[in-house]
Amino acid sequence: MAEGGRTGGVAPLLERLGGAVTARIWRLGFASRFFGYMLLHSGTALRRFQLTIREIYFAGVQSLIIILVSGLFVGMVLGLQGYDTLQRYGSSEALGILVALSLVRELGPVVAGLLFASRAGSAITAEIGLMKATEQIAAMEMMAVDPIARVVAPRFWAGVISMPLLAAMFSAMGIFGGYLVGVKLIGVDEGAFWSQMQASVDVREDILNGVIKSIVFGVAVTWIAVFEGYDAQPTAEGVSSATTRTVVTSSLAILALDFVLTALMFTGGNAR
Amino acid sequence: MTDSAAVEIERLSFGYDSGRPVLHDISLAMPRGKVIGIMGQSGCGKTTLLRIIGGARQPDSGTARVLGTLVNGLDGDALYALRRKMGMLFQFGALFTDMSVYDNVAFPLREHTDLPDELIRDLVLMKLEAVGLRGASRLTPAELSGGMARRVALARAIALDPQLILYDEPFTALDPISFAIIARLIRRLNDALGATSVIVSHDVKECLDIVDYMVFMTAGRIVAEGAPEAMRGSSEPFVSQFVHGQSDGPIPFHYPAPAYGDDLAVGAAHG
Repeated sequence: MAEGGRTGGVAPLLERLGGAVTARIWRLGFASRFFGYMLLHSGTALRRFQLTIREIYFAGVQSLIIILVSGLFVGMVLGLQGYDTLQRYGSSEALGILVALSLVRELGPVVAGLLFASRAGSAITAEIGLMKATEQIAAMEMMAVDPIARVVAPRFWAGVISMPLLAAMFSAMGIFGGYLVGVKLIGVDEGAFWSQMQASVDVREDILNGVIKSIVFGVAVTWIAVFEGYDAQPTAEGVSSATTRTVVTSSLAILALDFVLTALMFTGGNAR
Repeated sequence: MTDSAAVEIERLSFGYDSGRPVLHDISLAMPRGKVIGIMGQSGCGKTTLLRIIGGARQPDSGTARVLGTLVNGLDGDALYALRRKMGMLFQFGALFTDMSVYDNVAFPLREHTDLPDELIRDLVLMKLEAVGLRGASRLTPAELSGGMARRVALARAIALDPQLILYDEPFTALDPISFAIIARLIRRLNDALGATSVIVSHDVKECLDIVDYMVFMTAGRIVAEGAPEAMRGSSEPFVSQFVHGQSDGPIPFHYPAPAYGDDLAVGAAHG
């Protein structure tokens, strides 16, 4: 009897848990179908490229300030911290390598991705969600214009194109910040700073892998952003929770994907 | 049903989820060239009916034939081909807020035709002139009043000279002057384009002045239909309540509740 009673208490809990898991899997399936449909209907975004260029302006160009300023500060902090550690081992001239590799391999794509998710991803979700709430999406459908081709796909491709460029600019700005602190402020030898960096940073192993990461993050962030916007409940509350979900989900996605990609890219065989 | 009907609906039923039907067994023919009003209180299923005519929803049973095309099972290119012959005015206009008035009206022309820019410009100015807003072409939707936004949306809806124009609550939240302007425009544009117009609304008195045919719905069913004069003098209790705006009648003032006395007594017991 007692066991029956306990089962009665656990069953609804399991049911709720099962329901929540199924709902998430169902939503992931829906998001995947949405992704496939969007890729199939990307013709308009690529053929009438000015639609995508307009979105690159909103997602990419308008994110430049936050990306460049953050990159500068991250690089400056790397310069300070890196010098502090390296000089204990008498290898402070390796500061250039440390700054460049940290940025190009990791911090550039990851931090630029996180900033892009909160600056551009949230804006994309809010814009599409509000277009839905004010019936602009429905109006477009009634005018026989596919909103996924006309509204969603250009924003997606703009994000995918902008993200690696922003990450590259973040890294460049960061290296400049490291140079300012390391060479100009602390006085690390300028020649050693640049020449060691040049000798140790590999185009394929380091830069290309960083670019691949930033492209993957760009796809993940903009996919999540356009999907959340398109799937938002058409109310003020629905749009606000969709915007929050975009930032949270895409930040987690970036960090998880970064681990997976790093594990695949920088295995023991590449150890220098 | 005749060949001249723009919209023919036969024994149509629909529900958003299976246990909660919204429309029951609706049969209706809307003749070409006419302005048809669908009246009923909020939640009676009239907007749902408009969505089915526009192909946004599929009927659960029965058929809907729009401009000679069966909308049951219609999707993709065939649905879009049908919608190119339709225009729709949404409740609050649904203008694209990131475009100017001019670009909003030009939108369907740019998406569906290869016309040169000069010709599109002339067409847009003609449509805006028809709604009296040629001078506002450079403004953005944020700079327009509610009535002006509705008129721009109307110009956009008629940009491709549709054969069927759908109006979803076109009079909501308008001042009396804008109200009269929109009402007159609906009638005038319908006659000028030789189109058929379907107005879903609860502003019954104003609609009776401009429509050729009126349909009254309640709880997903058609309860009365006919010419405006016949509806004004109708003795049908629902039509009479609706046309004369009485607070109580077949549509009760009170939402269903337990007896008032019992409810208050329960409240006292808990207190």
